[in-house]
Amino acid sequence: MIEALQERVNGDASLVRRGRYLTTTFLLEIGTTAWLITIHEGRIVSVTKGPFVMPSSTFALRTSGEEWDRFCEQRPPPGSNDVMALIKRRVLKAEGDLQVFMANLRYFKDALAKLRRDGVAA
Amino acid sequence: MSAKFEPIIGRYMHLDLSGRAHRLYVEEAGAGTSLLCLHTAGADGRQYRGLMNDPRITRNHRVIAFDMPRHGKSSPPSGWHDEEYQLTSLQYTAMILAVIDALALEKPIVMGCSIGGRIALHLALEHPERFRAIIGLQAGAHVDPYYDLNFLHRPDVHGGEVAAAIVSGLVGPDAPESEKWETLWHYMQGGPGVFKGDLYFYKIDGDIRARVAEIDTNRCPLFLLSGEYDYSCTPEETLAVANSIPGCEATIMKGLGHFPMSENPGEFLKHLLPVLEKIGGR
Repeated sequence: MIEALQERVNGDASLVRRGRYLTTTFLLEIGTTAWLITIHEGRIVSVTKGPFVMPSSTFALRTSGEEWDRFCEQRPPPGSNDVMALIKRRVLKAEGDLQVFMANLRYFKDALAKLRRDGVAA
Repeated sequence: MSAKFEPIIGRYMHLDLSGRAHRLYVEEAGAGTSLLCLHTAGADGRQYRGLMNDPRITRNHRVIAFDMPRHGKSSPPSGWHDEEYQLTSLQYTAMILAVIDALALEKPIVMGCSIGGRIALHLALEHPERFRAIIGLQAGAHVDPYYDLNFLHRPDVHGGEVAAAIVSGLVGPDAPESEKWETLWHYMQGGPGVFKGDLYFYKIDGDIRARVAEIDTNRCPLFLLSGEYDYSCTPEETLAVANSIPGCEATIMKGLGHFPMSENPGEFLKHLLPVLEKIGGR
């Protein structure tokens, strides 16, 4: 399902345009499963599922399967509707070089929201 | 299509705040009981455009909103370029009382959102005799920082873009797209370090947990309204404040977020109008 990110992000010209200065690799960990997601100038070039021996990434976002499922609901409940809400409740950890994440926060929020069941940005 | 003017009138006011000359932008609409509105951190008085354009409010209220110094069309004071801006409870309270005096408002209703909701609690505690009633929107006694505030003001992160992206999830899911993005635009327009400086009050200096229970609603009625989707000041935090103050009335507004008056004025008014009616009947 996380693999769908590539097609959904790359299919959104406005999102790709907003990410045109963004080239990075980040790690998304949901429960015990991890993905390395590589972005080049706003387009997602690969989504690779772990396990990994030595994953290299600029930053990592880690949460539980339960929290991620609620985040992905079409109308998530209060407290599950946004990455920052998960961070506030200390159920999502953002780690690493977060300058890239924060400088492109709208891009990352809109990209992750594409994994919601209807695939529409929050 | 012919041009149409809103009934809102804006003026610039010169006054001293904490001993320094300031030029403040003040907007108003309507006539009747004064309703002084305080905007959120990092935004400005445009957040109250929905209220100022609604005859149900303006037919018996003079709705007033000023942009705090450094916000909207209000200038920073001379010398700002060599200072780090940090809003304190003391400055914020003095600013509000100075504006009330300058406009010669006789016992206005004050309504503030977020940092404005927090200072409303401070006013309820320290200056209840100055107000006919106090309305706190998204008002809690304290918020723990939940991200590194330094990201709000550094050269390798666009301050406006990051501020809007941080708060975008605080808008409720039912907000009309145009109002949601207007609300976020205000954040994108914020001056460098202003949102961060406001949050110094919100997250550090303005903590009122230890004293909030001392608010006496017999001296001034206190109403709290909070949006269900606010994770900055959660409904639980508002209810905790309300439960600690005898006579305080709290409403949790379904589907709304952290910016009720700005993100979804139509829904917000359904909650605000009964409160104003209640205040009017006292």
